[in-house]
Amino acid sequence: MLNLENVQAGYGNILALKNVSLNIQEGEIITLIGANGAGKSTTLMTISGVVTCRSGKILFQDKEIQKKSSDDIVKMGICQVPEGRHIFPQLTVKENLDMGAFLRNDKAEIKKDMDYVFSLFPILAERRNQDGGTLSGGEQQMLAMSRALMARPQLLLLDEPSMGLAPLVIKQIFEIIKQINKENNTTIFLVEQNANQALHIADRGYVIENGEITLTGPAKDLLSNQEVQKAYLGI
Amino acid sequence: MDYFIELFCSGLSRGAIYALIALGYTMVYGIIGLINFAHGEIYMIGAFTSFIVATVLSILGFPLLAIVALSGVAAAVWASAYGYTIEKIAYKPLRHAPRLSPLISAIGMSIFLQNYVLLAQTSDFLPFPELIPDFEFMEPIAHIVGSSDIVIFITTAVVMAVLTYVIKFTRIGKAMRATAQDRTMAMLVGINVNNIISATFIIGSALAAIGGLLIASHIGQINFYIGFLAGIKAFTAAVLGGIGSIPGAVLGSFILGLTESFATGYVSSDYEDVFAFSLLVLILLFKPSGLLGKAETQKV
Repeated sequence: MLNLENVQAGYGNILALKNVSLNIQEGEIITLIGANGAGKSTTLMTISGVVTCRSGKILFQDKEIQKKSSDDIVKMGICQVPEGRHIFPQLTVKENLDMGAFLRNDKAEIKKDMDYVFSLFPILAERRNQDGGTLSGGEQQMLAMSRALMARPQLLLLDEPSMGLAPLVIKQIFEIIKQINKENNTTIFLVEQNANQALHIADRGYVIENGEITLTGPAKDLLSNQEVQKAYLGI
Repeated sequence: MDYFIELFCSGLSRGAIYALIALGYTMVYGIIGLINFAHGEIYMIGAFTSFIVATVLSILGFPLLAIVALSGVAAAVWASAYGYTIEKIAYKPLRHAPRLSPLISAIGMSIFLQNYVLLAQTSDFLPFPELIPDFEFMEPIAHIVGSSDIVIFITTAVVMAVLTYVIKFTRIGKAMRATAQDRTMAMLVGINVNNIISATFIIGSALAAIGGLLIASHIGQINFYIGFLAGIKAFTAAVLGGIGSIPGAVLGSFILGLTESFATGYVSSDYEDVFAFSLLVLILLFKPSGLLGKAETQKV
């Protein structure tokens, strides 16, 4: 479904991604783990077209997208929940969700999807007229994921959904990720520092170091891999 | 008492004009964080466009109402074209440059446009046709409030109401607010940020052009330099209210207009600018974020 071939990208003089190749099949949950500054977020931003891809190819459903604008990429069905959630602080919860459906015109279906995300996260329904900036961290993460779902993505990119959240909330978020993957057959590309949690729900994983993919394999194998255990699982 | 009301009314209409211009400053600042110093020139170009169109139409013998409407539309469209083009030429290439670069580019654009109009038109003051007649029904109170004050005030009120509706409820308005609050996220939900920035410049320019038409017809003359002072004053109003805030720009404009009007009336017209800019200094000293602005929190 998504293929990255020798992708290079960066900011100014810094090359954050030196050589990233990976592939994601439809219906999978794939995780990308790595340390701070390894290039995880840059990988997602490059897929979304926010950071320019300097060389290499990004193929989504066999179409090259590395030159496309960010709004075209959303239109094709790739949505991202960025690190730090990026809730629009002075828009209400409902308006935030409306923004998620910005490119859609099918009002009745949008309404249905809004009911669906409210069923996933009932707390959001309670707070629908509250400004996004007034929500707690966990609620903001729920809103950010719901906003992405409002676009009915085929591929959902999640950047550190567990960051800064209480363990109980993290558990809930990961449950929902699995549920979204199963119920809607949404393919999920999950970037995490919380490698343990991520590898437990993922089908396969990639390890990124200094802008290069150094290791890949089924999630189970990575969990038992000694290097991964030492570097990312703290065992 | 009559004198007070007279000053109050002229202060309101002055404030209304400042508001039309200040909105452009504050909207552009809200979206891309740039003080568009060429905005005063957009207003001046709006005044010139309406001058040319109104003159031609009155030679052709059009009725007054048609002249006002057509020259207003022409000014708004033409000034918008300028605003759009300025953004594409002078600001867009610098979007990822340090903050100072587009600011300098804006000042350069302002000087360029002044001189361009100076060369293309003239350095003399041109008599602007009186587009707003003295209404008969206004006669009993004409010594307190002029017909053009009323027209300016009503026009501005209508324009503000439309703008508020657009920003609050329409798709493009929501996209503008989203882009102003978080540009990266706006891109990630599929908003074409370039189009939104262009739209902001177009709307701001159209408002300034309408302001240009109204004030030119009120004062009765224009030249290439009118944009400078009007621009600075409107900028002051925007800062007063809190730059980036739309209600703030309107509030700041009315406060500035009233201050100037009372200063002129009770002190001396020579001190009008002194009062206006003293107000700015005071606000910057005691509430740097402006009356309705939010202090920018620096993330650590």
